Amino acid sequence: MQKSLAPLLEDAQEIVGLRQNQLQDNIVASIYSTAEQIAGEVVSHTSPKRRDLDRQIDNILTSPIWGFPIMFGVLAVVFWVTIVGANIPSSLLATELFWIEARLTDLFMALNAPGWLHGFLVLGVYRSLAWVVSVMLPPMAIFFPLFTLLEDLGYLPRVAFNLDRFFKKAGAHGKQALTMSMGFGCNAAGIIACRIIESPRERLIATLTNNFVPCNGRFPTLIALVSIFIAGSVSLSLSSIVATLAVAGLVVFGIAVTLAISWLLSITILRGEPSSFTLELPPYRRPLVGQVLVRSVLDRTIFVLRRAVIIAAPAGGLIWILANATVDGASLLSTLAGWLDTPARFMGLDGFILLAFILGLPANEIVLPILIMSYVCGGAMTELASLADLRHLLVEQHGWTWLTALCTMIFSLCHWPCGTTLFTIQREQRSRRWTLLAALIPTAVGVVVCIFINNLVRLLDLV
Amino acid sequence: MSATTTLNRLSNGSFALVKEVMAEGLTRRRLLDLGLVPGTKVEVIRRSPAGDPIAFNIRGAVIALRRDVAGQVLVSPWK
Amino acid sequence: MGLTYQSTGQSTTREIFNALADHCDYAIALAGNPNTGKSTVFNALTGLRQHTGNWPGKTVQRAEGSYIYKSHRFRLIDLPGTYSLLSNSADEEVARDFICFARPDATIVVVDATCLERNLNLALQVMEITGRVVICVNLIDEARRKKIRIDIDKLGKRLGVPVVATAARSGEGMPRLKELVSDVASKRVQTKLQPVRYSQEVENAIARLEPRVQAIVGNSINSRWLTLRLLDGDTRLVHTMENYLNTGETVSVMPVVQEGLV
Ligand SMILES: Nc1nc2c(ncn2[C@@H]2O[C@H](COP(=O)(O)OP(=O)(O)O)[C@@H](O)[C@H]2O)c(=O)[nH]1
Ligand SMILES: [Mg+2]
Repeated sequence: MQKSLAPLLEDAQEIVGLRQNQLQDNIVASIYSTAEQIAGEVVSHTSPKRRDLDRQIDNILTSPIWGFPIMFGVLAVVFWVTIVGANIPSSLLATELFWIEARLTDLFMALNAPGWLHGFLVLGVYRSLAWVVSVMLPPMAIFFPLFTLLEDLGYLPRVAFNLDRFFKKAGAHGKQALTMSMGFGCNAAGIIACRIIESPRERLIATLTNNFVPCNGRFPTLIALVSIFIAGSVSLSLSSIVATLAVAGLVVFGIAVTLAISWLLSITILRGEPSSFTLELPPYRRPLVGQVLVRSVLDRTIFVLRRAVIIAAPAGGLIWILANATVDGASLLSTLAGWLDTPARFMGLDGFILLAFILGLPANEIVLPILIMSYVCGGAMTELASLADLRHLLVEQHGWTWLTALCTMIFSLCHWPCGTTLFTIQREQRSRRWTLLAALIPTAVGVVVCIFINNLVRLLDLV
Repeated sequence: MSATTTLNRLSNGSFALVKEVMAEGLTRRRLLDLGLVPGTKVEVIRRSPAGDPIAFNIRGAVIALRRDVAGQVLVSPWK
Repeated sequence: MGLTYQSTGQSTTREIFNALADHCDYAIALAGNPNTGKSTVFNALTGLRQHTGNWPGKTVQRAEGSYIYKSHRFRLIDLPGTYSLLSNSADEEVARDFICFARPDATIVVVDATCLERNLNLALQVMEITGRVVICVNLIDEARRKKIRIDIDKLGKRLGVPVVATAARSGEGMPRLKELVSDVASKRVQTKLQPVRYSQEVENAIARLEPRVQAIVGNSINSRWLTLRLLDGDTRLVHTMENYLNTGETVSVMPVVQEGLV
């Protein structure tokens, strides 16, 4: 027999009549007053002054005068520590890993191994691993723990509190600031975090724009390019500060783009009123600094190494094959890059850069390594153990200017999300259309901005 | 009986007693769930640097509400 | 960052629960307001490393793990943090449906010691659905720092369920928590709930309706609680409930994080 509650529901409505709202109030109020009563019986404060500390911290961190400068300052300090801190391990790792590469080569020679095998395994697979580990890993393993500390401290909700007005103006949800913050760690995690936004419309806005926050896998690219080009032109003592400001500036640009696109979306395909939301500002809690640092450094390292083995190593092998398989005298790699060259140059890039972004679809942290690989595979470069060498490779051998670097950084900030992120979007939204849009929107922005900047700069004869 | 106003009109540092939540639907239920039931004492803590939202102390937790939402909570100023 | 987890898609709470029952002796749910340290308690109990963070909403995936206590296997389900169970959001519905329909052997309600009143609101609501509850007064170290004292024994007597003070991050109180959970789940300890008393109007309405509700749902569902939801006009719950009563199924919408992959 089918059981039905419908008649009872009708009876209930009849009993309640027009007093539904009051009744709901009543029920909630009774529970709360019971809670209040019980708490009153069992809780005693020996010193009521104590909670003021949180208030005092908030007085500063969300102050009308200091709130925004501090936010920018915190961002800058995190980048600065990352940039400065990554320098030494980066060059140490590079030296070590390329020393090992030389020994591997010796070994292959001693064994009389065929050249293609050595090329594929050492110059392809091993070298790309070495690049990911030496250039990408250190900044990732430094940035991430710092970010985790901020998260544990309770700073993120304050950021959301400070920025909410702007999100409201953009027709977006106040918690989008939180999902963006998560995006710094990993865009896919940012997409999952979008679940905290209840309204489907605003969750979509947050999802479609999350990629404008550079994730952990893209920072090292920005940092490396900034260090080479922008900071390289000023004196050494200033260079880390200039690099910091440049990266922070890029991030602020990304936030501005996020707000602009959110606004555009909310007046076009995702029209609607901002939904009401409540944001709790939890008490500050002292993080277990040591534990957080050790754990998240290890976590990140393992994460990056795993992805390096799964994604970067095969990609490196593929690049080597593309660079060495020739059709009609030209390598496949340069043929592919050649096809892309014209549109790429219009955007201030070159064919190899665009190709690296395309081949880097599985993971952002392999874009720069792929680019270096494809430059190196084609050329005569052998030793490449420092940023200075990298500068030489890009500038002397491949004609990069600061404009190339700028456009590359902007395109890194604004292009399709990585494969994992796209997969996550598809799974969260269950819609090919939105997933496609999530790839198209940032790409379109990147293309337009790059074309604009490139042609403007050239028009003004600045390079 | 003291004058009635809405939460968003109170200045920082002031206290008020909730009289009634005027919102309807989901917003209403959420506000009730946060503890904004009639008789609850609320403290206005601060405004965001940009002026909106506003942070309140509601039953021991600091909760920020956008101005238009706070405007739907009827209160009477306390003391 | 956790990216690899399996979506349960169409599977039902029931199925998950039955699947659990094969591998473990008891299923334990972990409920609480956002940011009270549920995930930290979860990690402390299971030894897993579910992500934690100091902002409400950090846990958006349901995590599961297990631990062994006195040679019994306990399966632990970390529910999303909610302020209430009155189904005003998807999260609240997930948490409520799980407690109500999957009927865990015990539910740990994690409450914030520095903000007890607000947290008891949820605890009282959970205790309207099920009596098999253990209250975990977490963040007791923070409370001490803020010079807040809580009379744990009195709280236990007042609520009629076992209560333990914990500082999950340092592991304080965890052995006792395991013991209490085991007591409640195995029914060695009977809880004596003190239901919330409502206004006369509401109580009258309950008195009129409850017997008939009881006749339909029997003992599988707390009839007083369901009567209150009928008076609330919670039509969504009524649909889920009818479905459950007739087919034994409810749809769970939350993907489950696989152990260790987070
Ligand atoms: N001091 C202290 N902090 C804790 C304790 N338990 C959790 N935390 C911190 O409180 C924050 C929220 O914890 P989490 O487990 O993510 O809460 P959830 O949202 O309920 O899952 C995190 O930053 C934890 O490190 C505790 O017992 N003592
Ligand atoms: Mg959690």
